[in-house]
Amino acid sequence: MTWLSAAETEALYLSLSVATRSVALSLPFALLLSWLLTRRRFIGRTLLDALVHLPLVLPPVVVGYLLLLVFGARGPIGGWLERGLGIHLIFTRNGAALATAVMSFPLMVRAMRLSLENVDRGLEDAARTLGAGPADRFMSITLPLMLPGILAGVITAFSAALGEFGAVITFVSNIPGETRTLPLALYSALQTPGGETAAARLAALSLGLGLTGLLLAEFFARHVRRMLGR
Amino acid sequence: MLKVAVKKQRGAFMLDAQFTSPTPGVVALFGRSGSGKTTLVNVIAGLLAPDAGQVAVDDTPLLDTERRMSVPAEQRCIGYVFQDARLFPHLNVMANLLYAQKRASRPAFISLGRVADLLDLNPLMQRRTPQLSGGERQRVAIGRALLSQPRLLLLDEPMASLDAARREEVLPYLEILRDQLALPMVYVSHDFDEVLRLATYLVLMDRGKTVAQGGIGEMSLNPGLRAIIGADAVGAVLEGVVLGADPHSGLTRVQVGSGELKVKLSGHAAGAKLRVQVLARDIIVATQAPQSLSVRNSVHGVVESVVTDEDDSDLIAIDIGNATLMARVTHAATRDLGLKVGLPVWALIKTVSLRGHTFATVA
Repeated sequence: MTWLSAAETEALYLSLSVATRSVALSLPFALLLSWLLTRRRFIGRTLLDALVHLPLVLPPVVVGYLLLLVFGARGPIGGWLERGLGIHLIFTRNGAALATAVMSFPLMVRAMRLSLENVDRGLEDAARTLGAGPADRFMSITLPLMLPGILAGVITAFSAALGEFGAVITFVSNIPGETRTLPLALYSALQTPGGETAAARLAALSLGLGLTGLLLAEFFARHVRRMLGR
Repeated sequence: MLKVAVKKQRGAFMLDAQFTSPTPGVVALFGRSGSGKTTLVNVIAGLLAPDAGQVAVDDTPLLDTERRMSVPAEQRCIGYVFQDARLFPHLNVMANLLYAQKRASRPAFISLGRVADLLDLNPLMQRRTPQLSGGERQRVAIGRALLSQPRLLLLDEPMASLDAARREEVLPYLEILRDQLALPMVYVSHDFDEVLRLATYLVLMDRGKTVAQGGIGEMSLNPGLRAIIGADAVGAVLEGVVLGADPHSGLTRVQVGSGELKVKLSGHAAGAKLRVQVLARDIIVATQAPQSLSVRNSVHGVVESVVTDEDDSDLIAIDIGNATLMARVTHAATRDLGLKVGLPVWALIKTVSLRGHTFATVA
């Protein structure tokens, strides 16, 4: 990419890497949460629902701060991860991925819940009468029928992860090559005298990525809907 | 034997149903919509837990609340054809069929090839299920249920969402299954014509209760049936044997009881068993042997009972020897003819009003 500087290319790849890790991290939890919130009735469900959606309404800085408290080197989980498993989160891209995962989690859960609510329970009953147990039914019927929602959730969360700023800079700071993703690079460029053209290039890049993400989401959604005959 | 006894409270609705039907054979659960038929089959399938009850197919217990025993639906090996087919939209026809075949746990009694032949599914195999017509969907659903190698097949109004023409795309196939497979079936319906064509045993349901049950002939005389199908549809259902074609009229001669009826039918060899419905309103009762009438069918019998029906009429049961006809006549006619138990009479039936429903005895 000749029109991007080495640092900008690095920021782009880093952003893609962080967003990929972020989606991979949140996907299984989002599936579990959307299933719990849609299909199960339990005490504290409303509270759990609210907690999942909290990042949507909290200032991202607050989320970053809370992550520091919990996942910092001296935090209850952060300390254990570091000592026990040797996983460092502070100042690393994995930390950035965690911050973006938390921020984009509600978007992913929402998309999956919507699609799970649209899965006809009657089809699962039909599978049951054909001899399919609970896990089999989920894998063979529920999950494939949720696919449009899962894809939509993944693409939306990926796009949002590319653009997450506040939680990332608060939790893992702004380190070139490790945590300086596109929005952070853009912010740094604006802070640097003479960085306006770089900032413009990064902004155009972000715009392009975001638009591509949304178009891809729509394309996949249509394709999957056709596949499911709707 | 299929044995079912179920109690289930759902809000203000109480299901309290018991029946025991011979297997194999087609037992029809017949009643108005809202009488609890679907709730009952859901309990049999194991999709709904009853408050109390037993379900057993051929001495295999599947549910017994007294012994705190309930086999999960996925292990009951009960095929279920739903009203709305419920084909898996992400799989094509072939994959829907294979879905069932792969998960079948009992020894196979029917192969994919046989199912495809019986139900004419071969041209549909690669089709995607949303593209199928209503009749095709139900045939695939029936095929899928069969390939799960069930011990019992439940059919919950499989033709309710189809128009009359589409029903003919499904009904003949159900008759084939009844006649060629020794598979017990429960057929839910609120259409008496379907019941007449398919069922070998009838369970009447009304407001959550099983009000009467028995063979079709016997049940056709049951007063409980009249409340559901309406006075106009009341009529004896007789089982007869084809004697052969009548050379003069081209009609088919059918022996019922000790009498003989001429029915407009084709394609039935002598000796074939047939079910004939004779509507009570289509019978004229005479106290003398009729002469010079256009009516082709006159059967001699003896009045067995006279029951006052509503709207100014009586239902006259006429014993024609091992079979009973039902005739509806006005009170005035009963009085004028002096109809009473034991009186010899002739039942006159217009040929054009006779409907034959093929009936095959199931061993």
